Amino acid sequence: MSTSLLLLIIALIGIGAYFAGRARSLTRSGNKLATLHSLPGYHGSYVAIWAVLPALLVLAGWLIASPIYIDSAVRSTLPDAVQSQGDATVQLALGQVKAVATGLNRLDATEIETIKDGSANLRETLAARGVALAGEGQPFMVEAAERFNAMRLYSRWLMSAVVLLVAIAGGLYAIRNVTARFRARNQVERVMLGSLVVASSIAILTTIGIIGSMLSEAGRFFSMVSPAEFFFGTVWDPRFAAAGSEGASGQFGLLPLLGGTLYIAFVAMAFAVPIGLFAAIYMAEYASPRLRSIAKPLLEVLAGIPTIVYGFFALVTVGPFLRDISAQLNGLITGNYQNFIQAQSVLTAGIVMGIMLIPFVSSLSDDIITQVPRALRDGSLGLGATRSETVKKVILPAALPGIVGALLLTASRAVGETMIVVLAAGVAARMQINPFEPMTTVTVKIVHQLTGDLEFTSPQTLVAFALGITLFVITLALNIYALYIVRKYREQYE
Amino acid sequence: MTDVASPTVRVSTRPAESRRDIGIKRRYAAERRFRAYGISAIVIGLFFLAVLVWSVVSKGYTAFQQTTITLPIEFSEKVIDPKNERATDPKQLQTANYPVLARDALVKRLGIDPKKRPLVKQANDMVSDSVRTQLRDIVVADPSVIGKTIPVTLLADANIDSAFKGQIDLTVEESKRKVKDQQVAWMNELAEAGVLKKSFNTGIFSFGASSRPEAAGVGVALVGSAYMMLIVLVLSLPIGVAASIYLEEFAPKNRLTDLIEVNINNLAAVPSIVYGLLGLAVFVNFAGMPRSAALVGGLVLTLMTLPTIIIATRAALKAVPPSIRSAALGLGASKMQTIFHHVLPLAMPGILTGTIIGLAHALGETAPLLLIGMVAFVVDYPGSPLEPSTALPVQIYMWANEAERAFVERTSGAIIILLIFLVIMNLGAILLRRRFERRW
Repeated sequence: MSTSLLLLIIALIGIGAYFAGRARSLTRSGNKLATLHSLPGYHGSYVAIWAVLPALLVLAGWLIASPIYIDSAVRSTLPDAVQSQGDATVQLALGQVKAVATGLNRLDATEIETIKDGSANLRETLAARGVALAGEGQPFMVEAAERFNAMRLYSRWLMSAVVLLVAIAGGLYAIRNVTARFRARNQVERVMLGSLVVASSIAILTTIGIIGSMLSEAGRFFSMVSPAEFFFGTVWDPRFAAAGSEGASGQFGLLPLLGGTLYIAFVAMAFAVPIGLFAAIYMAEYASPRLRSIAKPLLEVLAGIPTIVYGFFALVTVGPFLRDISAQLNGLITGNYQNFIQAQSVLTAGIVMGIMLIPFVSSLSDDIITQVPRALRDGSLGLGATRSETVKKVILPAALPGIVGALLLTASRAVGETMIVVLAAGVAARMQINPFEPMTTVTVKIVHQLTGDLEFTSPQTLVAFALGITLFVITLALNIYALYIVRKYREQYE
Repeated sequence: MTDVASPTVRVSTRPAESRRDIGIKRRYAAERRFRAYGISAIVIGLFFLAVLVWSVVSKGYTAFQQTTITLPIEFSEKVIDPKNERATDPKQLQTANYPVLARDALVKRLGIDPKKRPLVKQANDMVSDSVRTQLRDIVVADPSVIGKTIPVTLLADANIDSAFKGQIDLTVEESKRKVKDQQVAWMNELAEAGVLKKSFNTGIFSFGASSRPEAAGVGVALVGSAYMMLIVLVLSLPIGVAASIYLEEFAPKNRLTDLIEVNINNLAAVPSIVYGLLGLAVFVNFAGMPRSAALVGGLVLTLMTLPTIIIATRAALKAVPPSIRSAALGLGASKMQTIFHHVLPLAMPGILTGTIIGLAHALGETAPLLLIGMVAFVVDYPGSPLEPSTALPVQIYMWANEAERAFVERTSGAIIILLIFLVIMNLGAILLRRRFERRW
């Protein structure tokens, strides 16, 4: 019985249980609703929950546990010759056995016979049925595959039987509990509360997943490359080794990537902060409500545009424009029409990223500035200061902690930005200070190391996780500090 | 703070000897400068928005038109099935040399001597290579067309398409451009006869990935994106709402809920590429889900969208006044009933607005999808979320890396499509807010 069919049957049992529970509560109360503690619907839901929930839990547990159990059972029956060759070989053999098992399911009895007595080639027969086998099959594999298939089939039937039994038993147990005084609503609400708790724990699970997965993969990387070499290395040259060949390891120095990341983020911030801050001040202190209601949403449109669009904009518009204008400038001054700004450069990526960041700076600062109490403004204006003096001498100093927090949040976004730098910053990892030359970033290299077909055993791919955790730690530190400042600031003025 | 009366300090026109010089002129000049800085900052921001939109639209609007050539194609049996074995060998109709049919038809139409090889080749280059599949599909669908002559509308080659749209500078020396003078002459001749013309490009909405710009479209990517949006909506809305209800209405104030709170705020600011790494390590490597599948993409985007939805939902729940809760509780509703029957429906517009904005964000997200292998060359529509698929922004990324100039047009066209979707979603969110927003 397939899993989806089983789910459908459980759902039907659940619906049946609902109506049975409802009907029973009505008969037990003698059709007098007033004598019931809970509404009939709650009794129905109570019975349905008992019918469905335990069955689903058993099903989920079985689906997770049975492949692990079957794998280990089949593995232990593999010949000693294979078992003695180490874990990797056993894993490979197991993979082949599974492929053979899928193949065997597509063959009929006579074909299986011909394979067993050796008159037909296993690999060719299976290939004809669309199952590609990595390497020649060996006789023991057919045997193991048959055992694998048998166990799977057995496990499936057993699972269906057990799950359905649990569903029916749960339903029957619950329906016996239904009486007029039974507190069905409280029981149902307890289950609802439980599911709310489970849902809110997903946020925690995500964080644990991020940290756990990255730490474990990065740990595998650091077992091959020493952390000192990674964190303090100044050369990034992860030569890709040909599949299987050992020795070509390459150098994994983080510093050039980190340098590029921070440099580009700096250029972007240098571009976005003055514009964003002045826009926010004007919007908060000067603009008429009409102008504000038009300009603010329009600026925020910039934040809603996907970053891939910015990347493309940098690639086909800003980059070539800077390159051509630099050639013109160079020509006017020296007579040599040679561009000194590359199309892909720190400047291109920084400017475009800066455009993207303008609305972040302006919205966040706008919120902070409008939170400064009115009394401070009125006091300053009352003493005869002009508006700009009020802004410079009273409001900005009062809002400074909040604005710093907002800028840190923006900076964390600049550090983690991917698509713009992938398209506009270049791929060459080098340490230099000329903003007109290309540099690369941590995020670019994560994308590069992980696109294409890869195996997850080589340091070339695993380094992406080490880069990822570096990025995560940097942005996390920025965020936590920024959120802490902003929170403190809010409390101060609330 | 705009309602603060502007300080109307009148500078007296009569010089008053007794008045001290407090530098009022200088200070007012500084005030004006400051104002100008503010205005110019806003103008610069809006200017960049305008440049961005203009740059995409001006490059991309032509992608919605496609040059086609309508030719009477003779489905000659000699070419398709010279040995008359289609009844016995089904492969015959699949592997026949269909481009020859189009070439012959064009050569005949232009009146070229079939023996002049270079001319025939130039003529053949005017038609897209996609005629092979196009004509094959016609024949396979209805083998009775063999032997007949039917007018078929073929796609023009990308270079001819660009030339016909006037995007190729014909004053450049002939050897330096991809369209030859002879081809331009033919093109104009065919255009005058009404055979070659521009029409609305339906292909860009229906085709899949292709190495030929004229036969490339975002249809397959749209299906992949639709699967992912569906998964994100189905998972993140209930989970996000449930989590917010717990945190906002039930959770006791303690260390743990404080931790969850800080955690959610941080997750909202984690770089999206980190979610891609998470998806790769947990869903693909650990749980063994297929790479490049819309299911994995949907799950990753769900995790990414959840914090946004939770934050929006909590704000919406917070905005429902306590009097509603008190009234329901006072009439004897349980806490659960109060929330699900009264608070939640009132908070729904706010929740949906947040969800739509979260979805719009997820729709444009590219980086995490690159890591879970959705940069695949997918030609066929994925039949289920488990099959390899690609997404609209990823398709844009892949096209942006193509060298051919016709792909710039296609990329901009795809961006326009993406932006239109985003505009629709955001307008929906705004309308929803305008229509149902209540001030208590």
